[in-house]
Amino acid sequence: MKIRKNIAVSDSGFIFNPLTGDSFSVNPIGQSIINSFQERKSDKEILDDILQEYRIDKNTVEKDLNDFIRMLENYKLID
Amino acid sequence: MDIEKKTYERPIIKPLNSGLMNKFGTRTEYAPKTHIDGVKVKDLIAEYGSPLFVMSERQIRENMQSAQRIFETRYPKVQFAWSYKTNYINAVCNVFHQEGSWGEVVSMFEYNKALKNGVPADKILFNGPDKTDDDLRTAVKNDSPIHIDHLDELYRLIEIADDMHKKPRVAIRVNMDTGIYPMWDRFGFNYENGEAWDAINKIMASGKLNLIGLHCHIGTYMLTPSAYGVAATKLSVLALNIKKRYDKIITYIDMGGGFASKNTLKGSYQLGTDAVPDIEEYAEQISSALLNAGFDTDELPYLYLETGRALVDSAGYLLGSVISNKRLSDGRRSTILDFGVNILFTAFWYDHKVSPAQEFSQYTEDTVLYGPLCMNIDVVRENVTLPPLNAGDHVVVHYVGAYNITQSMQFISLRPAVVMIDMKGVPHKIKSSETLEDVERNELLPSHLSTFEL
Repeated sequence: MKIRKNIAVSDSGFIFNPLTGDSFSVNPIGQSIINSFQERKSDKEILDDILQEYRIDKNTVEKDLNDFIRMLENYKLID
Repeated sequence: MDIEKKTYERPIIKPLNSGLMNKFGTRTEYAPKTHIDGVKVKDLIAEYGSPLFVMSERQIRENMQSAQRIFETRYPKVQFAWSYKTNYINAVCNVFHQEGSWGEVVSMFEYNKALKNGVPADKILFNGPDKTDDDLRTAVKNDSPIHIDHLDELYRLIEIADDMHKKPRVAIRVNMDTGIYPMWDRFGFNYENGEAWDAINKIMASGKLNLIGLHCHIGTYMLTPSAYGVAATKLSVLALNIKKRYDKIITYIDMGGGFASKNTLKGSYQLGTDAVPDIEEYAEQISSALLNAGFDTDELPYLYLETGRALVDSAGYLLGSVISNKRLSDGRRSTILDFGVNILFTAFWYDHKVSPAQEFSQYTEDTVLYGPLCMNIDVVRENVTLPPLNAGDHVVVHYVGAYNITQSMQFISLRPAVVMIDMKGVPHKIKSSETLEDVERNELLPSHLSTFEL
């Protein structure tokens, strides 16, 4: 998964797409997922990172991560 | 190791639309509802299951005492009668009776419930359009005030009174134009077209009934307090005319119910907490109208009030749990809860306040809240802005004390238990959750249908 290269992501969770003019806000975990995608991490690596960092089970993370990726696709933020 | 890990919150992304209206509205939940009267929501669910209705005895008493104070400081003769249909769990009724409320019932089932609770029969106001001859005979025998709804009832009651050689104490229900829409003209006798005065003349001419009161109930969830002033004035005119024409003193004027609670009506721009009048405003209108109507001081009628919703709605909570989260085809987030419109009937006309029962961050999502029923109509909130909820999280629905437990349906799932938290913060189960045996108790199976092979 690759975040489109011209997408701007601020430290405060503000996302701007200069192509469409759309802006978004993400929560901290959403922002770290986007950052991980920018670092070219795989879905599996991101999932492991989250399990390492948070008190949560694998099924929930997998479900939520898939949903989040679908939303990024929906908002045309990933290629 | 696990202790050092952070609390998980689902990743969310939200488009920012500056300057545009959003049907999900702005965020309204800033604090979780973790405790009810000092008892942890989590503990209540662990002990009594989810979903669960919780009634606060403290809130009922506070509401009742406050309403009494508000009316009694404005008018000298006030009597509340608990509206059984609003919530007739015995424990709830008895808190109202302990606070001095009489009973107000609209069916023989409710009448018997009030009697069983120990309300003296002459302090049970018998309302409603459906009173059978047997019902009327019971009420006449017990000397309960009967509020006559239509002419058929009036004629039947005259015959019954004649037959029983008793003079029942009666009031007539009057409907009228108070300037609000819709006008509730299906109950009682109309004021403007003279029907109410006709009914009064028939009662007085019969000599068989003791007309002691006048009753109205102008609508429900009334947001215009001045309508009560109009109604009280019109009933006062009738009472004064009865005195003038028949030299008969009307001992009470019953203004019925209809005061709004703080729920938000669907389609309302403002939240209920902002849009709904305070009880003081209703009280001011009613007492001013009665005091200025022209009654002699010693003939001032009692003011009866059948307030239900405004006294009990805020004392009821519905606790529930998140079953799952889903993404709808158009991108909206939906959350499936373990309670639906079968037990939260008022979801059809209120945008209920729903609070998470656990801590959450400042991030929110636009969400649709669905119930668990396999039916498309089962929508708890069509749109609400809530923090991300995980499966297993708990939520608290506020202002559900009125009309939900009495109107709940055993449909698809069984009805939950009801708990009351007492003045000391101790929970008591006041109704057990339904069982399969409860539901099947009245079913009968013909013998030829008792077996089958598949």
